[in-house]
Amino acid sequence: MTASPGASPDLRAARRRLLLDTAGIAVYAIGFGFVFGLAAREAGYSPIEASAMSVIGFAGAAQFAAVGYVSAGLPWAPILVLTFVLNARHLLYSASLAPRLRGVPFLGRALMAHVLTDEAFALAATHFHRLGRVDIPGYWIGAILGVFIPWNVATLAGVLLGGAIADPSAFGLDVVFPAAMAGLAVGLITGRRALVAAGSGAVFGVALSLIVGPAMGIVAGGLLGPLVGMAMPDGGGHVVPESDVSGLPVDLDEAVAEMDELPAEGTR
Amino acid sequence: MSTELVLLAVLMAAVTYPSRALPLLAPGIERLPPRALVYLRLVGPAVLASIAAVQTLVVPTSQASWAIHVDVTAVGVVVCLAVVAWRRNLLLGLVAGVVIVAALRFAGIG
Repeated sequence: MTASPGASPDLRAARRRLLLDTAGIAVYAIGFGFVFGLAAREAGYSPIEASAMSVIGFAGAAQFAAVGYVSAGLPWAPILVLTFVLNARHLLYSASLAPRLRGVPFLGRALMAHVLTDEAFALAATHFHRLGRVDIPGYWIGAILGVFIPWNVATLAGVLLGGAIADPSAFGLDVVFPAAMAGLAVGLITGRRALVAAGSGAVFGVALSLIVGPAMGIVAGGLLGPLVGMAMPDGGGHVVPESDVSGLPVDLDEAVAEMDELPAEGTR
Repeated sequence: MSTELVLLAVLMAAVTYPSRALPLLAPGIERLPPRALVYLRLVGPAVLASIAAVQTLVVPTSQASWAIHVDVTAVGVVVCLAVVAWRRNLLLGLVAGVVIVAALRFAGIG
């Protein structure tokens, strides 16, 4: 996708940079989408179910977490509660974008919301900051080309190709899911409180799993860990966690702050 | 081919979409109390760490009975954690974890 013929040199240059950033993010989205497909296959998802998670749910870390919940035999109600709280951080991105996107029609904003991820926000924020204003096509470039399409294609590839491997554990692939969960947790640790919350969540999860089973142990760890983290003094660090996929071209904490300085769509 | 989890995907989308959409569609609704925002920010690392630890360390010993069991999978997870903490690169960490587990099993360990 390129800028329209009448676009200014600044816009064309900014979109070229955006496409480069988008390509980098797409590589990561392909890698993690593939890993999600493999993990979903290991947990017993069919290709349709795995793809439905990526197309309809489209929720990165929450999709990985759902693999763990399902394989642990967790009932759907607690899965949905955990999914809600795990994805609640998107409020920050949506709220940050909202004043800038008032000029976009309601249906457009509704669709933009579905593809709003850490990565889509980061790409858009970087692009808008470079340009000094909002660029709606730029948002779609990052969200669709950088994340949605690569993530979904790779999910399908992972779940289909995973079925062709007779014994995944012989290749060490059974470690992919717990290792991905642990690595994603590290990516979200941006200060002392988050570190304590993660450590407490792990300890509560294991300890209570031995008593009441893994399903409830995981839930208890996820809900009690943050309470312990909140009891710690704030040691600084980022307000907004880094992406659940490494390799973003931008600090999300700074991006949220910088977004507040941009004019709204249609005001320039 | 099973489609039971498609409904779960739809329900997960239904609880995820409001966080993404409400501020965009209904400005002002995003204002949660600061302590609630802090709690929500800490849920991510806590629940992911909980899943990782339970999936790595807890195994069933009989019906409704569980125990801690450490094997080469835990080594792979620790290697992945170390690489991610060092390089901030999850893909690299996953590759390292998979390679070490495959190598240990090839050597007859685990």
